[in-house]
Amino acid sequence: MKSLADLQKIRDKAKKELEMRQSADRTQVRVYMGTCGIAAGARESISAIMDELSRHDVSDVEVTQKGCIGLCEFEPIVEVQRPGENSVMYGHIGPEKARRIVLKHVLGGIVLDEWIVNENK
Amino acid sequence: MKELSLHILDVAENSLRANASLVQILIVESTKDDSLKIVIIDDGCGMTKEYAKEILNPFVTERKTRKVGMGIPLFADTAKAAGGELKIESYLGKGTTVEVFMRRNHIDRPPLGDIASTLTGIICNEDETDVYFMHKIDELEYYLDTREIRETMGDIPLCTNSVLNWIKEFIKENETKIGEEIENEISS
Repeated sequence: MKSLADLQKIRDKAKKELEMRQSADRTQVRVYMGTCGIAAGARESISAIMDELSRHDVSDVEVTQKGCIGLCEFEPIVEVQRPGENSVMYGHIGPEKARRIVLKHVLGGIVLDEWIVNENK
Repeated sequence: MKELSLHILDVAENSLRANASLVQILIVESTKDDSLKIVIIDDGCGMTKEYAKEILNPFVTERKTRKVGMGIPLFADTAKAAGGELKIESYLGKGTTVEVFMRRNHIDRPPLGDIASTLTGIICNEDETDVYFMHKIDELEYYLDTREIRETMGDIPLCTNSVLNWIKEFIKENETKIGEEIENEISS
């Protein structure tokens, strides 16, 4: 069973990573979860993101959720912001694409241009 | 929506947007009474009585980003199809309570689904809104309280992927445990 002792270990590891970075900024991944996002599968996308991060033994990425931003037709939407870089908003991101974003953009720093939300399309 | 968990996520989303500091999610099932109750209580901004009545209509929403609010009407339909109903009670400035009742064994009652992902999805909110979750089936129950987790974590925020993974595993394990015990009880 998961115990409080496990949680303390996680805290210590996250703290160590924080010290190594020597900066309060960390990579942020945000998934939009209004009714539109949820209906389009946003929960599965955020779940895949958390899973993929832990598969690569990364423990200190900020994963957050937000409500509807009025781009319902692009849901699920995933936004990535690496410290000191512009934030990038990706559209139609199911679990598989979400894993790809973690690997390429979050961990590798490579922006996946073809999936970026383009309102003029 | 195919799972009750997705409806729960959707309603809790309203609580987060209402600037709640605590969202309580209670699931109480009784095999004897053939009942399943989901209660979502927040201490957010609340609504006027008139508005709380209106909200069952999909063309009513306070959101500025789109003109329809489907969350509550969809959940109400699901409850009705499973021999139950959805009730909302709200007080302006105090908070909102959504209570959903269903027949547990009704053929149209959707499965609870992935409640672990729903809870992590709610907990990773940017405003650090706390979540208290309790699931009870007959005499068996367990809970999760993010206020306790926050205390253990100190200055490490809960929306850290490794913390969220721990929460997800904790819920999964407990769901499996009470699920199996109830199965055994029913079959014995």
